[in-house]
Amino acid sequence: MTRQEDARRTDPRSFAVRAVTMLFQLVIPLAVASVTILDDGDIGDLVGYFLPLVIVIILLNVVIAYLQWTKLTYTVGESDIRVESGVLSRAARSVPYERIQDVSLEQKLLPRLFGLVEVKFETGAGGKDDLALTYLSESEGERLRELVRTRRDTAETQDAEETATAPEEAEVLFAMGPRRVFTFGLFEFSLAVVAVLGGLAQQFDFLLPFELWDLDQWEQRLAGPGQRLAGLGPLAQAAGIVIALAALGVVGVTTGIGRTALREWDFRLERTAKGLRRRRGLLTRTDVVMPLHRVQALRIGTGFLRRRFGWHSLKVISLASDSGGANHDAVPFGRMDEIAPVVAVTGFSLPPEDAQWARALARYRIDKAVLAALFLVPATVVSALFAREWVWLAPLAGLLFTVAQQWWRWKHDYRALGESQLYSRHGWLSPSLAIASRVKLQSVEIAQGPVARRRGYASLALGLAGGRLRINGMPVAEARRWRSAICDSLARTDFSRLLEEKGAPAP
Amino acid sequence: MDETDELTPLDPRYKSMMRLVAGILAVILIIAASIAEFAIPGWTGVVWLPVALVAAYLVLYLPMRRYVTRGYSLEQERLRVVRGVLFRSDTVVPFGRVQHIDVDQGPLERGYGLATLTVHTAGTHNASVSLPGLAHEDALAMREEIRAAIRRDTQ
Repeated sequence: MTRQEDARRTDPRSFAVRAVTMLFQLVIPLAVASVTILDDGDIGDLVGYFLPLVIVIILLNVVIAYLQWTKLTYTVGESDIRVESGVLSRAARSVPYERIQDVSLEQKLLPRLFGLVEVKFETGAGGKDDLALTYLSESEGERLRELVRTRRDTAETQDAEETATAPEEAEVLFAMGPRRVFTFGLFEFSLAVVAVLGGLAQQFDFLLPFELWDLDQWEQRLAGPGQRLAGLGPLAQAAGIVIALAALGVVGVTTGIGRTALREWDFRLERTAKGLRRRRGLLTRTDVVMPLHRVQALRIGTGFLRRRFGWHSLKVISLASDSGGANHDAVPFGRMDEIAPVVAVTGFSLPPEDAQWARALARYRIDKAVLAALFLVPATVVSALFAREWVWLAPLAGLLFTVAQQWWRWKHDYRALGESQLYSRHGWLSPSLAIASRVKLQSVEIAQGPVARRRGYASLALGLAGGRLRINGMPVAEARRWRSAICDSLARTDFSRLLEEKGAPAP
Repeated sequence: MDETDELTPLDPRYKSMMRLVAGILAVILIIAASIAEFAIPGWTGVVWLPVALVAAYLVLYLPMRRYVTRGYSLEQERLRVVRGVLFRSDTVVPFGRVQHIDVDQGPLERGYGLATLTVHTAGTHNASVSLPGLAHEDALAMREEIRAAIRRDTQ
């Protein structure tokens, strides 16, 4: 461990990246301005005034970017990392190694072309106050990450052995090739893009040479040259509708595949000495490490359609923030036998065969359906009597949907309390299974509304770091039994101790 | 840890404080109702009567119910907070899961010598559990007790 007290600057190329980004940001306002200014009048005259101004603005930006670059320094100290920045007002921030939860590297498209990374020091402050260095060379980023990890370990445990294993040899737990990403993309078909297209059509319909939403005009159009179309008969019209739907389907599938490929390209999940390391992304490549001892719970999800084909996903609920969300995709799209080894690595386990699964009380489901009916039946009757012909179908459909949903969820939602874990299987179109460790919960709340009190059931709301876990429709006595059992497990270990234990699996 | 556990009731002054807060609200309601009565010709009492009933409910009945339904216990190194008239909630936070503790006093609370104890946990749900209506010295003593338990556990 050598002393490095000298202040360093970020990579010189980051100045270039910044300047290019600034230029790109300038191009759009300049283009807009030139359209409005140069729209009329003497172009030659105006360019005379305009061009020097543009050049001055660009130069000014470059100078500012340069000054900012020279004034941004970071120091890797003995006990902390310090970053000083600011041209006019100076800011200095120091983060002690013990407070750094993790170092993540992120590459956006432009920095990636230059071989640069953004290094983020996660302090658990919720992501917004984290320290970030833009940009360092890839090797420098890697070096900082290793350095912070080894420093932190020595600061915490004085364990010299662990620092010796600096270049980590990694065991690949899960990877997705192009084929798998493509299959994943097929299931990521999104109707959202269809809605966006519809919205755009509505926004920009003034660009179309006719009124898009006026049925009378459509009829007229069809009566003119479209008469031929209309004359083709219902079969041809049906074929037209099918073709239109197919076109929308193709758009949805293509965007699904495109978005998935951008996000998941060359997905690799590895087991390293510090935890699970995940790299993915086509243009923006992210590299995240999830320390194993910080894993709070797991969520195994699937989709309505993908379940039929045996595809599932595994998310890790952890304290570290993953660019906003605390849910890390560990296995975004895989078979259960691919997920099981990852689950084992996290120290959790899949529900055992003999788990005591229990459903929510039937009364709870019935009450929910009845409550919905109390609003929707009168709504149906009133709209059937007073509103236009078809409106009453909407509340009726809502009612049928609710009843079907409650019945389905009564059939499929289960809970179980194991020796060291608790399980909750819930959801309707995209069911998921939450696996939480009993000792890693924070609080237990029994909540009862006025109906629930009368009918003798309760909800159990569990405080989980980085996630939500709520089990509804439990008999009150059982909710109390669960709570006292969970509290007994909680009392045995202090939470901060759980966080300190390096790579300790959930007991 | 169960129904059998005795809950400690809150400080009786908390009831008076809730009455005062409700009273201020009731005065505002009654002034508004009186203006409405003036606007409607003839002293019919169509606005005044229901508002007076609501005010009586707010000032006389609700603070009593709220006071009776609230309670806490510190048994077995666990903070248990029970509250809610219509929607009941019964929360347990083991001392070992407390991240930090606040004791707050608003201006009214200071007048009555009361305080609110808030414990923060790392959980997303129930990230902070607050217990209002404690005598100030009780709140401080509870904070010390929880803090001592945390220090003992982490050493």
